[in-house]
Amino acid sequence: MVLMARGEAAVAVTRGLLCLAGFMAVSATLSAAVLPEERADVLFHSYDGGGVTVDGPSILVRKSIGQSVSVKANYYVDSISSASVDVISNASPYTEERTETSLGVDYLHNKTLMNLSYTKSDESDYLAETGSFSISHDMFGDLTTVTLGYSVGNDDIGNNTDETFLRSAKRQNFRLGLTQVLTKNSLLGVNLETITDEGFLSSPYRPYRFSDGTTFGKAPEKYPNTRTSNAVSFRFKYFLPYRAALSGEYRYFHDTWGISANNVEIGYTHPLKANWILDVHYRYYTQKAADFYSDLFSREGELNFLARDKELSTFQDHTIGIGVSYEFKPSSWQFIDTGTLNFSLDHIRFNYDDFRDETAAGGTLAPGEEPFYSFTANVIMAYLSIWY
Amino acid sequence: MMPMGKRTLRVAVVILLAMLVSACSVEPWVKPYERANLADPIMSFDRDPVANAYRLHVYETREAARGADGKGGGGCGCN
Repeated sequence: MVLMARGEAAVAVTRGLLCLAGFMAVSATLSAAVLPEERADVLFHSYDGGGVTVDGPSILVRKSIGQSVSVKANYYVDSISSASVDVISNASPYTEERTETSLGVDYLHNKTLMNLSYTKSDESDYLAETGSFSISHDMFGDLTTVTLGYSVGNDDIGNNTDETFLRSAKRQNFRLGLTQVLTKNSLLGVNLETITDEGFLSSPYRPYRFSDGTTFGKAPEKYPNTRTSNAVSFRFKYFLPYRAALSGEYRYFHDTWGISANNVEIGYTHPLKANWILDVHYRYYTQKAADFYSDLFSREGELNFLARDKELSTFQDHTIGIGVSYEFKPSSWQFIDTGTLNFSLDHIRFNYDDFRDETAAGGTLAPGEEPFYSFTANVIMAYLSIWY
Repeated sequence: MMPMGKRTLRVAVVILLAMLVSACSVEPWVKPYERANLADPIMSFDRDPVANAYRLHVYETREAARGADGKGGGGCGCN
């Protein structure tokens, strides 16, 4: 019985492989996969919230070489000025700059698109380099696109107050993506991603705090040296009859530090007359704290690992965003097919459930009796995009 | 215990093979001439790649969750 089942399975697999070979042969004669569009974007971004301001430019240029190759370059700058609650509580406000450069190449062969890219992020105490590869293939009459991706990154972590401090971390990303045409008006996207980290994963600056009722103190945080996370997301787009689009997204996240998170987003895109497009969106995010997070430990070294990073605490955030885009077709600049001028504003509110504001009332409140922290942030982007 | 990365890859390969093996029996239910609405730029998941990348960066630095955003991974020195 088992042998028969195995025999049938072998026949089924053989038929499947023949079917696959035939399918691939047919696929090779039809070319629907396309290279990314030739475009350039110049963006100015600004983040302002919680005592932190970050702004700077981002420039992206993408150009095709022949019918099969497209290259991309991106230059990005963050100018950071930080007087966040963490910094005010434990150090002095600081300013610094982070630059990120990335280069990528796409190669199209029939219905298969391959991408190779390299990204380098550089700041005074942190250097990160990442290499990525992905391959995507259109199938089932071009109704389905499947993408597999892999990235590997190495980070070198320093400390601006200790020249002898040098640590490293390694990161790997495994990605699977699926984009599916559901109907002539709707699309579904599903993404799975596993990320593994190994090395120094905490901040060299941030302490945790402890109090047993009589003794209060602070000591350097201690994180595990490994972390593995899994995330799955579903994205949906629907074309409305009067030329507008509805979008929805949901993501579930879990990691080996005990953090779980969910976020949902809904959006609406509405073209207005005379080349204007309006976007509005709302996003809600919630997460549960890491197992080794505490706002106030009961004693020094209470756990093997100890963290007081508010990004590892239990909190929620809400985003309301609006964007507007104006399309133009310059007749005097022949090399430009079309262009858009864009502006967007996102307003985000963060509410923490177990992270207290040490700076409240001028820092005069007893540890553990401060109010829970919350803050709002505005994210502004103004950018020009051109297609050529 | 199998590492999570390998498990995800194994699931991915099984799903891919299942989809490919069943490919011959699938008739495209949306014909090429019916895809005008889907090709409209407002239906793109990534209409503004630079702006979307920045938005993701903001969330990655303020939230613990990461990944499955349809973008490649990259170190950002956000800790």
